[in-house]
Amino acid sequence: MMAPWDLVAILGDAGAWAVYLAIGFAFGFVLESSGFGDGRKLAGQFYLTDLAVLKVMFTAIVVCMILLFWSTALGWLDYDDVWVNPTYLWPGVLGGLIMGVGFILGGYCPGTSLVSMATLKVDGAFFVAGVATGVFLFGETVSGFSDFWYSTDYGRLTLPEWLGLETGVVVFLVTCLALLMFWGATRLRRALHGDGS
Amino acid sequence: MNGRTRRGYWNPYVGGVLLGILLFVTFFVTGHGLGSSGGVNRVVVAVEDLVVPEHVDRTPYLAEMAGGERNPLDHWIVWQVAGILLGGFASGMLRGRVRVETYRGPRITSRTRWFMAFAGGILMGYGARMARGCTSGQALSGGAVLSAGSWAFMLAVFAGGYAMAWFVRRLWQEG
Repeated sequence: MMAPWDLVAILGDAGAWAVYLAIGFAFGFVLESSGFGDGRKLAGQFYLTDLAVLKVMFTAIVVCMILLFWSTALGWLDYDDVWVNPTYLWPGVLGGLIMGVGFILGGYCPGTSLVSMATLKVDGAFFVAGVATGVFLFGETVSGFSDFWYSTDYGRLTLPEWLGLETGVVVFLVTCLALLMFWGATRLRRALHGDGS
Repeated sequence: MNGRTRRGYWNPYVGGVLLGILLFVTFFVTGHGLGSSGGVNRVVVAVEDLVVPEHVDRTPYLAEMAGGERNPLDHWIVWQVAGILLGGFASGMLRGRVRVETYRGPRITSRTRWFMAFAGGILMGYGARMARGCTSGQALSGGAVLSAGSWAFMLAVFAGGYAMAWFVRRLWQEG
């Protein structure tokens, strides 16, 4: 049976929820084990004292992308049936800029703050309370700028479509970009802060 | 903050490979990626629906999740976020990192850290809804399936962080 599957149809509601709980468990476990429950480590990315954010995130993106690409090429997965975040260009860019500022002030993103709170870090709990407040404020204000929020809607737009390149070429380029960033950022960190590894 | 916090964390490339495999398995069996802020959003909307249900029904953005008989918590992301909390707790327990403490830069008080964490969280929550996803749902998941908007978003997050980092270095760095 070609993936992705319809979990609720196969397992029923309770079974599907159990799968999501297990996926979340693994996600939280990997984040905490990688040190992402510590806001200082995450903020270190922006001072180039710690590159774990860059390394974990782009390694994960590349590994997942290659597995998705090959399972599609082998006919195991229907990529057209996979959720690709629709592109709303300017709301996405503005939201991203706001988040970048929030990241460097608060030290977390929503997922990592949950992990931090789960290990009883007080700063993580304050951040989670802030996120809850922020999403509340958004829900209460979005009707005032819904034209903007729905603007620059490009739908399901992928990088290969946008660049006019074969998917395989883009997969290769993204992999090269990630390796280049790992190499460059590591050199830059050494130049700025000395110590090895 | 010279050097890194060496507390027995995994090698970042090992963590990255495992996270990549998990993300792939998630796409394979469910058809979509991981998420976080959407789960927090649904919990907040559920509380609003208890306190001011008419207001929720009248606001289209909220009604989509909780209008009328709709239960905002009846959604996969709520279970996945519950799993994040349990998984983070389990990992911390195994390595003795579960204890009440505040992670802060060396030059600020805990109170300053809490205030900045709360303020940063507000911006993060607001921005994540504006962008229709956070680091998990947009950058990581959208990045892996090569969504053009997710890559533009990712650049914006890093740009915002790097643009501000110098101005707030007192929060994180030594003198």
